[in-house]
Amino acid sequence: MSTPVATQSPPTPSSPDGPVRVQRSLGARVLGRPEIGAFAAAVVIFVFFFVIAPPFRTVEALSTVLYSASTIGIVALGVALLMIGGEFDLSSGVAVTTSALASAMLSYQLSLNVWVGVIVSLVISLAIGALNGWLLVKTKLPSFLITLSTFFVLQGVNLGVTKLVTGTVATTNIDQLDGFDSAKAIFAGDIPLGFMTVKASVVWWLVFVAVASWILLRTRTGNWIFAVGGNQDSARAVGVPVAKVKIGLFMGVAFMAWFLGQHLLLNFSTVQAGLGVGNELIYIVAAVVGGALLTGGFGSAIGAAIGAFIFGMTTQGIVYAGWDPNWFKTFLGVMLLLAVLVNLYVKNSASKRT
Amino acid sequence: MTDTIAEHASADLTAGTPLVAMSGVGKAYGAIRALEGVDLTVRAGEVTCVLGDNGAGKSTLIKIMSGLHPHSEGTLTVDGKEVRFGSPRESLDRGIATVYQDLAVVSLMEVWRNFFLGSELRKGRFPLAPLDIPRMREIADTELKKMGIHVKDINQPIGTLSGGQRQCVAIARAVYFGARVLILDEPTAALGVKQSGVVLKYTAAARDAGLGVVFITHNPHHAYMVGDHFIILKLGRRVLDRTRAEVSLEELTGEMAGGQELAELSHELQR
Repeated sequence: MSTPVATQSPPTPSSPDGPVRVQRSLGARVLGRPEIGAFAAAVVIFVFFFVIAPPFRTVEALSTVLYSASTIGIVALGVALLMIGGEFDLSSGVAVTTSALASAMLSYQLSLNVWVGVIVSLVISLAIGALNGWLLVKTKLPSFLITLSTFFVLQGVNLGVTKLVTGTVATTNIDQLDGFDSAKAIFAGDIPLGFMTVKASVVWWLVFVAVASWILLRTRTGNWIFAVGGNQDSARAVGVPVAKVKIGLFMGVAFMAWFLGQHLLLNFSTVQAGLGVGNELIYIVAAVVGGALLTGGFGSAIGAAIGAFIFGMTTQGIVYAGWDPNWFKTFLGVMLLLAVLVNLYVKNSASKRT
Repeated sequence: MTDTIAEHASADLTAGTPLVAMSGVGKAYGAIRALEGVDLTVRAGEVTCVLGDNGAGKSTLIKIMSGLHPHSEGTLTVDGKEVRFGSPRESLDRGIATVYQDLAVVSLMEVWRNFFLGSELRKGRFPLAPLDIPRMREIADTELKKMGIHVKDINQPIGTLSGGQRQCVAIARAVYFGARVLILDEPTAALGVKQSGVVLKYTAAARDAGLGVVFITHNPHHAYMVGDHFIILKLGRRVLDRTRAEVSLEELTGEMAGGQELAELSHELQR
């Protein structure tokens, strides 16, 4: 308390050498990327299966791996953006089934064009996403609780409504309806690339990844997503519409879930009402392995894609290697733990003073 | 440094003009009255210091001015017009910018992204218009350079800067975006002596550029170095309101430390 205030002159901020600005080293910048850990893991796993499983080396195998990755990656992408925004969604797995069921039952029971079901189920899906976001913003409860509730509600609705309408736990085949062929071509067609044929979902997945990556890094919306996840109060204080961003992110997940739902329905012409339970965790793990922080504010769209690719490779690789596919879940757990450790390290070094 | 701030400060600021005036302002959270009957005027080119212990109502006062919580009694006038802010955006649009002690920046985001957060430059006005990244980088870089803030790389996460630097970036940002009133919430609380000095120097520069500054602190030494007007809050009420000419540092320190209460306490504890 006896500090002589008058003599405590503030030091000048400008040192004699002037403001010299240097780029951080290439190594530091590369290691600061969210997807770097996942990329390294993907390379290792690819080489591993390439060496031990001869059938894995074919182009057909790559096509299968990509397809498997796309069915995880499409929703994982929405989930990754949501996680960067600081929230997560446990209802995404069953929401996929809800969208497929709504579309199938609506078209079949009312004998409508398949496209009507496709559009109406989009509206339903987006409404579910908006409701998740709205409840979160209004109640300020953790997204874990809100979306856990939605998860159970949808799981019950999926089975209950399907049984009421069709009398069974699956929808009736819709492949004779008007518009089925054109819808199938868009959502689940085969696309020849010359050297290999891939499912339309693979192409859509890559398009979505590119768009999401662009939104995240090159638009104001992306800036707001990072800010809302990184420090919500700070973002709000500088005028970022936090509630809108969060609701938008939940609707983004819902859109992805709708897309995958339509793909599954049109690919198999029918859908089981109990499908999708447990997938929400796989999406979350893919996003986390791809470098998204559980606490928000950090992650990337490409990372989530690599995360999904790792799981696509592993589900198929295990089969090609002739092992018991049940080991997949074990692998999932190990990968998650490793990813969380890598992310922790990256986050710490990113916020360390230099 | 001062030149750069003056460049961005609004031309219509004349020292002494009242920018924000509070009259009998109070706030109740349910049954708890966090603030009552506070009168305060923020004038252009002056630093108004609000001092008080924890729980004295300082945070509530800033939250009212910055639009985080609306006041429940009294009147708040900005540039002569009565207002009641519903969101931080409304307050920002009136030229009131707040720099918070703990939530000034998003630490995992790059320096330039933080600088432009909430006021991003875009190459168009349509939804999802691309950001003008090269220009934002360049502006943030030159502004910080001109203001004497040393950042190694404008692309590094802002969390890698020191606490004082982060405060300064936040202040520079507020000034750059045309703030007329700058609210600083305990800007020196978590800083060392040297870092505090940088922030205080900055505060003085903003004042000299004609901005109205509200400096919230519990450190009377820091307040006295830059302040023109001092207000002490205690349990949500104003207990002292003096200009610099009317009060000495000793009085301020004594009042902050508890004044009469402290004298009684020291008598009780006398050995």
